[in-house]
Amino acid sequence: MKPAAFDYVRAESLDEALDVLRHEGGNARILAGGQSLMPMLNMRLAKPRVLIVIMRLEELRKIEVRQGKVVIAASVRQAELLEWPLLGRELKLLSLALPWTGHVQTRSRGTICGSIAHADPSAEIPMTLLALDGTIVLRSARMRRRIAARDFFLGMMATDRRDDEMIEAVEFPAGCNGRCAFREVARRHGDFAIVACAAVATARGVRLAVGGVSDVPVAREFESPESNALDDALNAFAWDLDARDDLHATARYRRDLVRIIGRELIMEVTGWHA
Amino acid sequence: MARMSAERRHRVRFMLNGEAIDRVCEPRMLLADFIRHEIGATGTHVGCEHGVCGACTVNIDGWPARACLTLTLQVEGCEVRTVEKLADKDGRLGVLQSAFRRHHALQCGFCTAGILMSLDALFARHANADETEIRDVLAGHLCRCTGYAPIVKAALEAGAELKGEINREAIDV
Repeated sequence: MKPAAFDYVRAESLDEALDVLRHEGGNARILAGGQSLMPMLNMRLAKPRVLIVIMRLEELRKIEVRQGKVVIAASVRQAELLEWPLLGRELKLLSLALPWTGHVQTRSRGTICGSIAHADPSAEIPMTLLALDGTIVLRSARMRRRIAARDFFLGMMATDRRDDEMIEAVEFPAGCNGRCAFREVARRHGDFAIVACAAVATARGVRLAVGGVSDVPVAREFESPESNALDDALNAFAWDLDARDDLHATARYRRDLVRIIGRELIMEVTGWHA
Repeated sequence: MARMSAERRHRVRFMLNGEAIDRVCEPRMLLADFIRHEIGATGTHVGCEHGVCGACTVNIDGWPARACLTLTLQVEGCEVRTVEKLADKDGRLGVLQSAFRRHHALQCGFCTAGILMSLDALFARHANADETEIRDVLAGHLCRCTGYAPIVKAALEAGAELKGEINREAIDV
């Protein structure tokens, strides 16, 4: 298992990277930490003609708190975010979910934006971005555009990113999510989630996001603290996710996990005693 | 901007176990293959080649990382450390290796080099790492022989020895 041949471009600036993307389009891929793309290359599921390496770009290596948002640029590694001193205060949900994202040995190189660009349906980071109603900042040589996480993920490893675009940064709403919870069931800590759930308190109730069940992470708001209504709503949500059987778990088991973990997390975040 | 063509070999320079490496390789050359086949340092093992098993784990700038998910050109200017660095110049096993031997923390040994490098990085960053942290690090490795319990024991003992709490005689290879 070795990658097919490709040209290797070491970009010296974001503009250079964007310029190569403009010329090469779908033949080029951005290589950040490589913890999702490299397995795809090794298995030849991806055969780009050009890799554009961005990890040495200091302009993309920053975490900023700006207008109520934590803005994480494209070269920030998962391990760096975990060590960010403000993480627990500004982005508590990520402090809970990141330890479940891969292993120490992959977080050391894998990036936050790279996980979102890869859009694996069982990945924790896209799911938490959706749970927090975050935004993706896409950049091409022509323009910069921002898109909500709920519109960005289109299918299994398919996103709204165009061929000449790259993710420049992602924006997580800051601070406001002190009331949040995360739980995951996987075969081995750090493996792909069978079901991963995150709950975040909102103005009207709670938003529950689920990964590992549908082709994309899915979120829904729950507003009623009344026990039967909540159970019914969770049951409807579990069925709407259209779970499938696979090697790791049955669809029925996945629906059960969504109902049980979902209820636990909602109680934990809202304090409802349904 | 440096564009390195797929068809040619390109210069790469980095530090490997304290020695300066200055070689050439194709862009698609994986670090694991470069270390094994170009340098000839075969202590680093290659298992699954997609980042799951952990056998190829090395340390890059002090962080444990999968050498099968890293291109050689990516470590330009980096410090890479592999299992060859753990024993001393006279061939005596290092503290971690000795503890593994005492506790039978390996049988076939295929996963061992990667696990040693992950623990090496852990103790370098967190000298006081406890069993929970050790197990968290081990979650990134597959061992099909030991059941992990002797590995945890060996790691705890090595951690104590590295802090100077206990002292053991070095073991010859």
